[in-house]
Amino acid sequence: MNEFTNWDIFQALILAARWTVVLSLIAFLGGASVGLLLTFLQISSRTALVRIARFYVELFQGTPLLMQLFLVFFGLSLLGIDVSPWTAAALALTLFSSAFLSEIWRGCIESLPKGQWEASRCLGLSYFEIMRHIILPQALKVAVAPTVGFSVQIVKGTALASIIGFVELTKAGTMLNNATFEPFKVFGMVALIYFLLCYPLSVASRHLERKLNVTG
Amino acid sequence: MSLVNIDNVHKYYGDNHVLKGVDLKIKAGEVISIIGRSGSGKSTLLRCINGLESYDKGGITVDQMEVTSDEEQIRKLSKSVGMVFQSFNLFPHLTVSQNITLAPKLVRKVSAEEADTLALQVLEKVGLKDKASSYPQELSGGQQQRVAIARSLAMQPKVLLCDEITSALDPELVGDVLNVLEELAAEGMTLVLVTHEMNFARDVGDRVIFMHQGKIWESGDAKEVFAAPKTPELQKFIDAVL
Amino acid sequence: MAYNFQFSGLLPYLQNLVDGLVTTVVITLITTVLGCLLGTLCAAARAGQSSFKSKVVGVYVELIRNTPFIVQLFFIFFGLPALGLRLSAWEAGTLAMVINLGAYSTEIIRAGIEATPKGQIEAAKVLGLTRFQTFVRVVLPPAIQKIYPALTSQCIIVMLGSAVLSQISVQELTFAANFIQSRNFLSFEVYFVVAGVYLLLSIGMRQLFNGIHYLVFPNLRAQR
Repeated sequence: MNEFTNWDIFQALILAARWTVVLSLIAFLGGASVGLLLTFLQISSRTALVRIARFYVELFQGTPLLMQLFLVFFGLSLLGIDVSPWTAAALALTLFSSAFLSEIWRGCIESLPKGQWEASRCLGLSYFEIMRHIILPQALKVAVAPTVGFSVQIVKGTALASIIGFVELTKAGTMLNNATFEPFKVFGMVALIYFLLCYPLSVASRHLERKLNVTG
Repeated sequence: MSLVNIDNVHKYYGDNHVLKGVDLKIKAGEVISIIGRSGSGKSTLLRCINGLESYDKGGITVDQMEVTSDEEQIRKLSKSVGMVFQSFNLFPHLTVSQNITLAPKLVRKVSAEEADTLALQVLEKVGLKDKASSYPQELSGGQQQRVAIARSLAMQPKVLLCDEITSALDPELVGDVLNVLEELAAEGMTLVLVTHEMNFARDVGDRVIFMHQGKIWESGDAKEVFAAPKTPELQKFIDAVL
Repeated sequence: MAYNFQFSGLLPYLQNLVDGLVTTVVITLITTVLGCLLGTLCAAARAGQSSFKSKVVGVYVELIRNTPFIVQLFFIFFGLPALGLRLSAWEAGTLAMVINLGAYSTEIIRAGIEATPKGQIEAAKVLGLTRFQTFVRVVLPPAIQKIYPALTSQCIIVMLGSAVLSQISVQELTFAANFIQSRNFLSFEVYFVVAGVYLLLSIGMRQLFNGIHYLVFPNLRAQR
């Protein structure tokens, strides 16, 4: 016997999806802040700083997000900090996102023609003036589309928080599946809700890319 | 019977009437230069001859085969009509020799050994026998264009279409390519060139076709046309380019 | 820090780690081959003349790219049996990975195909090559060559994603890690070491792919 109607399931999933959204927002904002710092390290003229930043990026791009979640979760408790799945997920996703975002942004800055630097130098601008007035405004424009595109990866990444017990959309799905024994329906709905969250972002990213390419 | 027969050909790009009834007969062994301003329809006409562009009215035959944009027909035509492009269009991932042997092996079903011999023959003709195992990126523009000519020759066409083949080259490399064409002309190859090289058109070409506003505006013996243009448009064109 | 790291506590379980690693490598290998093949076919359909096929591929690509891998995995492993398609964990896991990589590689390869200069196709046409010959001999090789780094990165991302297969009990590397830490309670040490193994796998995979790149495309070795 099944006491759950389709509507019940959908409602429960939508409620859980709120936490997917909140976690995504936190991971994006946290990732963007740390990522910005890393980007500046990566393009700095200090080799040591560049190395550290590069290593950080390699580390987080070269290991599974799931491992990062486990390490944060278990690592923090070793330090005597009592971590909730919630904190661990937010922290791990922040670290993960920052590595990818800084790599995207570094690429944007480096994609600008060398002539821009050279011309600015000839005009007598300092490093920071060049950054502030010439490079960053242009890089920002190039960076918008891939950044929005990466936000899709963050939303999808939050699904792994379910594995350490954070109740968001995917976890709610597994729980509902255990209660209803209707995996096809439940996971179909879960997928649909993720799609509704991610697809607009994908479309926006593509749209921005085209628009910015046309206007130069 | 002429090798190429172009009979009252019309072509539109939407509302734009780019070929307005072109008639042209080309005999085997002739060297024809098509000149004119950009937008006069000269490249379009050339590309109609081997079916790369479709036409809307009239008829074209090459070697008694009707030219249509049907893929099967273009494939048949490839054995009679060769084409060399402004931008070479060599295949970057293949060596010079592989570029040349690809089509003979796939289309004419020539054996690998035969194709290799053929490649060396045509490379010798364009003076690049030593570059057989190089990749296109290792060659200068002029050498790449000569390889492209060799690639066309390997299909043993009866007529070779050349679409502004020296326009993308550095000036000092143009001579080598023109020399190859001159030799081909001397051997009796039928050549149809869309070109900006007026000296070549005058000295090597048999006939010059001046296109203007989608029509053959004036044509005739190469030397006469340049010496005494009959229409003010051609006079103006010659004054501008020479 | 008061805690003493006890990496030696992993030694008795070395065999589990090795077995897990082998499974991860084998699944990754199968996925890479089949996924890229699927991507190539779909990219061809996307660039081809049939608008119906192109649309079907478009829907597939968007569905996969806009949902989490773990949900795709659960859908295949738990959901498909409802339709009568019963797969072992191993099969479901590999299938999910192939489908996932297929979607991403479709987009990557399509971008390479679309970057083919029109003149290349015209040259092939004029030489009399068929549409199929043109695609396989003229369009595809430079396209793959161009997007190879992006394809490599995607294959590595999918390899790292295989950690999630542990959730349906495929006995790969992460499953081994979970098993070991449930026995010796040295969670941090286990995950730390296994994360390191994944890092080495990523680096190794990139090296291997670069090597293959130069082997398959000898024109890369030619100087410009």
